[in-house]
Amino acid sequence: MSGGLRRGAIVAMLLATMPAAADEPRPVMIGGDAIAASLTGRPGDAARGRAIVADRQRGLCLLCHAGPFPEERFQGNLAPSLAGAGSRLSEGQLRLRIVDSARVNPDTIMPPYHRTEGLSAVGAAWRGRPVLTAGEVEDVVAFLVTLKE
Amino acid sequence: MRAAVLAALLLAAMPAAGAEERRSGFADMSAATQAMQADDAANPGMLWVLDGEGRWSRKAGRTERSCADCHGEAAASMRGVAARYPAIDAERGEAVDLAGRIALCQTRHQEATPAPRESEASLALTAFVAHQSRGLPIAPPDDPRIALLQAEGAALYRMRRGQLNLSCAQCHDDNAGRRLAGSVIPQGHPTGYPLYRLEWQGLGSLQRRLRGCTTGVRAESFAPGSHDAIALEAYLMSRAAGMPVETPAVRP
Ligand code: HEC
Ligand code: HEC
Ligand code: HEC
Repeated sequence: MSGGLRRGAIVAMLLATMPAAADEPRPVMIGGDAIAASLTGRPGDAARGRAIVADRQRGLCLLCHAGPFPEERFQGNLAPSLAGAGSRLSEGQLRLRIVDSARVNPDTIMPPYHRTEGLSAVGAAWRGRPVLTAGEVEDVVAFLVTLKE
Repeated sequence: MRAAVLAALLLAAMPAAGAEERRSGFADMSAATQAMQADDAANPGMLWVLDGEGRWSRKAGRTERSCADCHGEAAASMRGVAARYPAIDAERGEAVDLAGRIALCQTRHQEATPAPRESEASLALTAFVAHQSRGLPIAPPDDPRIALLQAEGAALYRMRRGQLNLSCAQCHDDNAGRRLAGSVIPQGHPTGYPLYRLEWQGLGSLQRRLRGCTTGVRAESFAPGSHDAIALEAYLMSRAAGMPVETPAVRP
């Protein structure tokens, strides 16, 4: 299953797993190791995305990653630095990694930010909700694309 | 003096190198916090131990009996007890943790209303009893029912959970020693409970600590005293077998 989703694999459709939360549900097309199209049909906002990434309650990214955030004191070292992510990966590749990193690496510790299925013992306050809405995913992607080295 | 010896013992048990080596959360702390734990006069957890000592000889319940009336000197009768809990309660044939065991004595033998879990009274008595094992190696009972429980606990430990989809093992086995934002991830050994946590400004149980980890990954918490909670504790204790009991430990 995981192998089939790596680079060059046929296009897979991920309809059922996408939550019909506040944002309008749209089919998410996974092609190879990327999701080419915006989840909302609109581009995200990089400034909002930067704020989400740095926010320890919303993005949580800096729990694991370091990155170009000189104002943030405590950054994690469980994951590669986000610096240069926009040079290493295309927009679509970045989007898939935020939506569900397990599609790229089944053993990943990176949370699935826009998947609600296949999770266990989710606390009541969070059940049925993705970590980030489709709009927030787009904002984060728009920011990551700007991280060129 | 005893405290300094204990600190030396804890450090000796935890070599710096080697991914396979077990290390107490004590070894990951700052020198100042280590010194606070090691000095009984500075360790805030000792206040609860002293409170528990008072309760040990206080008569209670319909039988008007104190713990001491039946168990005598805790230094002798309770030595090593905490190091082998959770253990099977013979009357019910079920595993209980130490706080649950004490509550059973309160209902069964004192005919008193048991102190609610995590109340100051329960924490103080549990800390006092566990303190009698300080420095002794954790030694889970050799009992097939406990072995079964440990296996269930191991599965819970490896299960991904919560909205963030992380297992205990992914942090405490695979990423121990690395930094989760500002905190070094410890190996997660339950050597010091109940313990004083600077963040809590108080003494807390292992269950309270685990609630921090489960809500951290946005998962349901284990109900204290439940079968799963005791299974997970039994596994954590087997994983820490041989490591010295530190109660009352101090943690950031
Ligand atoms: C629990 C830890 C954790 C969190 C939280 C986390 N990640 Fe990751 N992330 C990882 C790990 C580990 C990798 C390395 C690839 C792997 O193991 O799957 C990774 C990989 C990535 C990559 C690919 C990096 C590259 O250069 O190939 C990007 C981009 C990324 N993460 C962005 C984010 C963003 C943005 C957030 C927050 C919205 C985030 N991550 C939150 C652990 C995490
Ligand atoms: C009337 C006598 C009596 C009183 C009072 C009593 N206990 Fe017990 N306790 C027992 C007996 C008997 C056992 C053995 C298990 C059983 O039969 O319940 C026991 C077992 C224990 C154990 C487990 C020992 C082991 O080796 O596993 C602990 C801990 C304990 N008691 C603590 C306390 C505390 C703390 C108090 C006071 C709140 C207390 N007991 C009050 C009779 C008593
Ligand atoms: C996202 C990573 C993460 C996950 C998942 C996690 N923990 Fe923790 N755990 C931590 C961190 C970080 C600390 C130390 C907290 C601090 O010092 O502020 C900790 C502390 C602990 C401690 C205290 C150790 C001591 O020295 O007193 C125990 C025990 C523990 N965790 C057990 C567990 C168990 C059991 C699970 C699974 C139900 C779990 N943890 C899941 C990160 C995690």
